[in-house]
Amino acid sequence: MSSLTSGPLKELGKESYHWERFTAKQRFLRFIAYLTVAVLLYWTVSSIDIYWPWVWSAPIEIQDMISRMIPPNPGALPEIIPALIETINIATIGTVFAVLISLPVAYFGASNVSPNKVMLWIARVIIVSSRSIDTLIWALLFVAILGPGPMAGVFAVTFRAIGFLAKLIGESIEEMDWGPVEALQSSGASKAHIISYAIVPQVLPTFWAVTILRWDINIRESTVLGMVGAGGIGMLFQVAIDLFRWRDVSMVLFSIILVVLFGEIVTSIVRKKLI
Amino acid sequence: MNHENQAIPLEDHYIWKKPSFIRNPWLRYGLLLVSAVYLIYAFSTLSLDIQRVMRGIPRAMQIFSSAIPPNFAARGELIVTGFIESIQITLVATAAGVLLSIPFGFMAAKNISILPVYALGRAVIIISRSLHPIVLGVLFVKAVGFGAFAGVLTLIIYTVGFVGKLIAEAIEEIKYGQIEAIRSTGAGYFTILVYAVFPQIMPRLIGLSMYQLDINLRASAVIGLVGAGGIGNTLNSAFGRYDYGTASAILLVMIAIILVFEYVSGKLRRFTK
Repeated sequence: MSSLTSGPLKELGKESYHWERFTAKQRFLRFIAYLTVAVLLYWTVSSIDIYWPWVWSAPIEIQDMISRMIPPNPGALPEIIPALIETINIATIGTVFAVLISLPVAYFGASNVSPNKVMLWIARVIIVSSRSIDTLIWALLFVAILGPGPMAGVFAVTFRAIGFLAKLIGESIEEMDWGPVEALQSSGASKAHIISYAIVPQVLPTFWAVTILRWDINIRESTVLGMVGAGGIGMLFQVAIDLFRWRDVSMVLFSIILVVLFGEIVTSIVRKKLI
Repeated sequence: MNHENQAIPLEDHYIWKKPSFIRNPWLRYGLLLVSAVYLIYAFSTLSLDIQRVMRGIPRAMQIFSSAIPPNFAARGELIVTGFIESIQITLVATAAGVLLSIPFGFMAAKNISILPVYALGRAVIIISRSLHPIVLGVLFVKAVGFGAFAGVLTLIIYTVGFVGKLIAEAIEEIKYGQIEAIRSTGAGYFTILVYAVFPQIMPRLIGLSMYQLDINLRASAVIGLVGAGGIGNTLNSAFGRYDYGTASAILLVMIAIILVFEYVSGKLRRFTK
């Protein structure tokens, strides 16, 4: 710094030049932000209900658990593979149902095309409550209603995905170009024609992108549905954990990773082809 | 999808038709057929049973009627402590997870790391991304016991998977001018990382951690279902006692808190941009 200020700048006639990256106001705001984070973290760490001896012994315990898991037991595969297929089926059917239900919800939830305020708010309530409740909690509910099995899983996936799809598709309806709609209106087209010729073509790319994304997420979520009894690979995981069959546990974990990667690869291929 | 400018055939009776989303008819109908067959097969494996759904409907009515009105009073204190614990788990895990995801993100960026390190970083990120927080939660509850600590560990791994991946992607998109400038001063590898790479991803990182705070709060509400602390524990025992009034009260508060968090984190993200 000093070598810079004493050199050429002095010749420019400035007595002393001190460069600063931020203005005083920026520095003050930064200080406030850092302070807030520090205070929040201090409060959290000092008051959180953690039994600290368990923290110090955690590395040993985790090491011990991993050593029990190696090597994975391929003997569990005959049970795992059908469960994996069931997982993918739950995710796919859940996505299909969710798409079918979310389209009208998206239409009524988009403020620019919704027929009236009441429908708009009903759609918004559906979207918010569906999105805010996790798939697993939906699964708990549907297992209580329908009994255990993949059917509860399909319903859980569907109910969680409706809000996600409807929100994103609805947003893309709100952002679309209004010109085609007016053009069709001026030609005397019916409501159905306006939807299919002016709205659908504009929303279609988003629709596919969002649906594919949701399918990918649904596969991830379906891997745990079985832990509350809603079908899929999660059931095997829970059983293996409960029986302390650690080598089966690691085999299940390994196959979950594989199936999630499979979903990711398929979606990235489809996305590239489609969009 | 190729949108070629095809010449419109000049025929006497030309009727315009909306172009299909997939141009090639073979591919279009082939895909339709394949998906129809798959869906029929998938439905058949589900043992969808209309009678069971029908029998479920009165049960659902019973659950909903006991869930309405939500009962905030009976377990009010438990609900409050549960949510405070969830928020604490979220804050600690987000802070630690973001810090930890910085080295893994750097390791997993193709353009600044060597192959073995890249492979290791990617593997860590892929594994932590693939495992659902519930699965991780079960494992950590088994390893370190019930309570908030298992939840914190779970969400740290979850954060590393998500933030680490996006940091790596951000690093792969950086501008090289700054790197060359710092390198021309004779700086070493780590100096370049600190002065040329890190400042470029910093805004992204702050935005991401705000977003992750929001995601972690949602996740912290469910990992309690498997014993990893927080409001999920309370919710699970409410379900277990068939105390649907308390359960619906918890769900309502959860929706409210998540909406507030979403709003705040969105505001903060816009502010840091």
